[in-house]
Amino acid sequence: MNTTKRIRVIIAKPGLDGHDRGAKVIARALRDAGMEVIYTGLRQTPEQIVETAIQEDADVIGLSSLSGAHLHLFSKVIELLREKKADNIIVIGGGVIPEEDIPELKKMGIAEVFTPGTSTKDIIDFIKSKVL
Amino acid sequence: MFDNDKINAIEQKYNEWEEKSVKKTVQRFPERKTAFKTGSNIEVKNLYTPLDIKDLDYIEDLGFPGEYPFTRGVQPTMYRGRFWTMRQYAGFGTAEESNKRYKFLLEQGQTGLSVAFDLPTQIGYDSDHPLAQGEVGKVGVAIDSLEDMEILFDGIPLDRVSTSMTINAPAAILLAMYIAIAEKQNVPLEKLSGTIQNDILKEYIARGTYIFPPEPSMRLITDIFEYCSKNIPNWNTISISGYHIREAGATAVQEVAFTLANGIAYVDAAIKAGLNVDDFAPRLSFFFNAHNDILEEVAKFRAARRLWAKIMKDRFNATNKKSMMLRFHTQTGGSTLTAQQPDNNIIRVTLQALAAVLGGTQSLHTNSRDEALALPTEDSVRIALRTQQIIAYESGVAETVDPLAGSYYIEYLTDKIEKEAQEYIDKIDRLGGASKAIEKGFIQQEIQDSAYNYQKEVENNQRIIVGVNKFRIEEAPPKDLLKVDPEVGRRQEQKLIQLKKNRNNDEVERTLNNLKKMAKTKENLMPAIIDCVKSYATLGEICGILREVFGEYKQAVIL
Amino acid sequence: MNLKQGILDGDKRAVARLISLAENGDPEAFKVIKELFHLTGRAQIIGITGPPGSGKSTLTDKLAKELRKRGNTVGIIAVDPTSPFTGGAILGDRIRMQDLTLDEGVFIRSMGTRGHLGGLSKATHAAIKILDIYGMDYIFVETVGVGQSEVDIVKTADTTILVLVPGLGDDIQALKAGIMEIGDIFVVNKSDREDSDRLVTEIEMMLDLKQGDTTWRPPVIKTIASNNIGIEELLSKAAEHFDFLISSSLLKSKRIDRIESEIISISKERFIDIIYNNPDTSVSIRELSKEIYEKKLDLYSAVDIILNNFNRKGVGLC
Repeated sequence: MNTTKRIRVIIAKPGLDGHDRGAKVIARALRDAGMEVIYTGLRQTPEQIVETAIQEDADVIGLSSLSGAHLHLFSKVIELLREKKADNIIVIGGGVIPEEDIPELKKMGIAEVFTPGTSTKDIIDFIKSKVL
Repeated sequence: MFDNDKINAIEQKYNEWEEKSVKKTVQRFPERKTAFKTGSNIEVKNLYTPLDIKDLDYIEDLGFPGEYPFTRGVQPTMYRGRFWTMRQYAGFGTAEESNKRYKFLLEQGQTGLSVAFDLPTQIGYDSDHPLAQGEVGKVGVAIDSLEDMEILFDGIPLDRVSTSMTINAPAAILLAMYIAIAEKQNVPLEKLSGTIQNDILKEYIARGTYIFPPEPSMRLITDIFEYCSKNIPNWNTISISGYHIREAGATAVQEVAFTLANGIAYVDAAIKAGLNVDDFAPRLSFFFNAHNDILEEVAKFRAARRLWAKIMKDRFNATNKKSMMLRFHTQTGGSTLTAQQPDNNIIRVTLQALAAVLGGTQSLHTNSRDEALALPTEDSVRIALRTQQIIAYESGVAETVDPLAGSYYIEYLTDKIEKEAQEYIDKIDRLGGASKAIEKGFIQQEIQDSAYNYQKEVENNQRIIVGVNKFRIEEAPPKDLLKVDPEVGRRQEQKLIQLKKNRNNDEVERTLNNLKKMAKTKENLMPAIIDCVKSYATLGEICGILREVFGEYKQAVIL
Repeated sequence: MNLKQGILDGDKRAVARLISLAENGDPEAFKVIKELFHLTGRAQIIGITGPPGSGKSTLTDKLAKELRKRGNTVGIIAVDPTSPFTGGAILGDRIRMQDLTLDEGVFIRSMGTRGHLGGLSKATHAAIKILDIYGMDYIFVETVGVGQSEVDIVKTADTTILVLVPGLGDDIQALKAGIMEIGDIFVVNKSDREDSDRLVTEIEMMLDLKQGDTTWRPPVIKTIASNNIGIEELLSKAAEHFDFLISSSLLKSKRIDRIESEIISISKERFIDIIYNNPDTSVSIRELSKEIYEKKLDLYSAVDIILNNFNRKGVGLC
């Protein structure tokens, strides 16, 4: 039988930040690029995000944070993925993230960080290059 | 405004000009684009003439500043009397640090305070709550109890500054704390001036710091209206905010429409709660965004003023002139700032601030150049404030009232924006009002469509953002960004432990129990909340009680 | 990861992966289901259908929470539409069930329709079996909910709950014509709204008219899912319906019907797959189509050619 793989992506807003314009625009752009996007809504704990990604068998988790809590929250997600043996899931991040934090985020295991002004096409290309 | 003969003559000349001059020129020098549009997708013609505003009635549509329909401004002399309030939104870390920043800003010539609270405070969690981890003191100051608030305003006389607080779901609690401090400073409540944002509907639509479901949230808001009308007459009880709606991606037209639709919902709720429209409406204030399309923005402010005046007069039968005045604060557009070549943001902010002033704002926050990267540093904040001061003192635009009035284009756009916003409001009325339209996801959907279209236009280069999709350069990462001390969370936690040891916990329990009892009735909750605050019950404890009684709002996600 | 062992050990990653493989049509999934087929048939399968905005997800969330309180495990499959143009989908039902995410005894899976009509996705049946093998006591299947095409759910679920809300206006007329037949239980959700009593009356009247040979008279229940009102009653009606199915032997015939239709649909799919995609057996349908266009051939003879070719070579292939 022919197999038809779809890329599945979780778009999540960890923490308390309510600015979801970017997250929603990206969710739509990924959908329009043929992906299945599970949008989890606001105020998600890292535990919820990781469990969702596992049950949904996601290929990618996209985290968005504009409140400055990214180091704390993103590292928690990575840590939990390792703990649950789900660290095959690729994690990307976006939002208001100072350049100087990016090396640290990458070191902890975030595959890529997309800051304001990134075109959605770059994000789509990145995901495709990693998953397919 | 023009007699028929004149109009006919202009029309004839106009057609000749189009036929002869324009066509010939366009043949030789084609225009840059096939269609010119404002940010709200309003088509822009090559030229505006009296033909575009031939139905304009000066007295009825524009009138005079300080008079109905307030198109030209809410005060007769506007900035000739005094400039707008220069009010920079600030706050981060602990109350001690923010207090220092406020004193710095006041020394620099700022005329009003604007308090930013961190997310746990805005969502009603104490700093030691598990969900607060990593968020304490990040986007604003952490306030856990009256004790923090006392530190925040230490050495700042509340009768001499006006304070704006960006607080919504727990607005009643922060207002109660402010009242408690005024009492401690021996400032009579009539002397207090300032604003609480207190606008929950736009939290459901765009900003996300809601706690309770709509019904009890609206009750808290009308309780504040009532309490303030009796006790703090100069307090702006709400700042009905288009700012965040615009940030979420709305167009200028949508910003006006959805903000005023929310305003209608608040007035409806207050009237339903038994208040008299002219008792509370004079203290309603608004909060708008300013983007780069200066002329459209100016028209937007003017259209909003005229439309609100008509709504208050015709729909709600207000008779007090002050009830019909749309007074507003403006903040320049955060979402227009770019992380690339951040100094360019200074120019963007200048254009936007100019639009706000030309549009007749009552107060203004100018964003700092580094806000797409992090919280602003003191240097950046100073430049932002200086931008306002240069516009005020050097540009000349503040010397006369509503200087762009009478421009064919501005008047045409003002009218157009008002009409299109009215159409949206009619549609929202048909859906059962703003609350219902939000529940159905209509407003969110409209905004998201605009946001997505905007993004696509940028990516297709149909919309140029300098430094982002054109005129790019290789840049070194910016330096010297403000870092919030990661220890803030721990320090707040320590303070909470101390507080809970030192306060009279029996009194805390008594006031909280009383609040719980009152929350189940229909009585005004302000007195009970003030008692809780004075007993040093924490914000999280107070919100916890209300969560128990009211429940929590669950987001409706529309994509 | 050994998926068969994983699902037997209760590893959620294995469950999740098996569902993906089934969605992607990967034979590995079907191999595991084959081997563990004896573990299926244990769960009660409850379909939740109704128009968009009727509160299906919130209702499912509350039902699941109530069942968890009673010590039952719950699997939830939430189907959302796939865009026919891009093949992508936004799967957003989960958001209403966030509190269940960390519950050990709950497994929630979102699925796109991926071009399948009828309110479910092609792999929904396989996903149900996987959750059944995984040991869920109840499996909720929430349909897309876009209109009258939601017929699959009747064949898929033991008990179908049709959720309606007051204020649909003219839609009720459409419902009369379409999906009224599919509810074993009717729910009027958001029943604090005005007109909810009228909607209940209307449904009752329609049910009176439609009352046929069956002895099950669908009950109409008022709920306010967001406030947890009516949930217990709804569950007890669902239990009653299940008991009725057992006592009347309808469960058996319903499930045999389901198996039959599954056999047919899987066979169809595999057959089409063979004639389209297997190089050994397939005649180029594109080439045949061109010949038919040029009137060198007719439609029916072309199908004869395909079938003859299949008979000669195709048996046993898959």
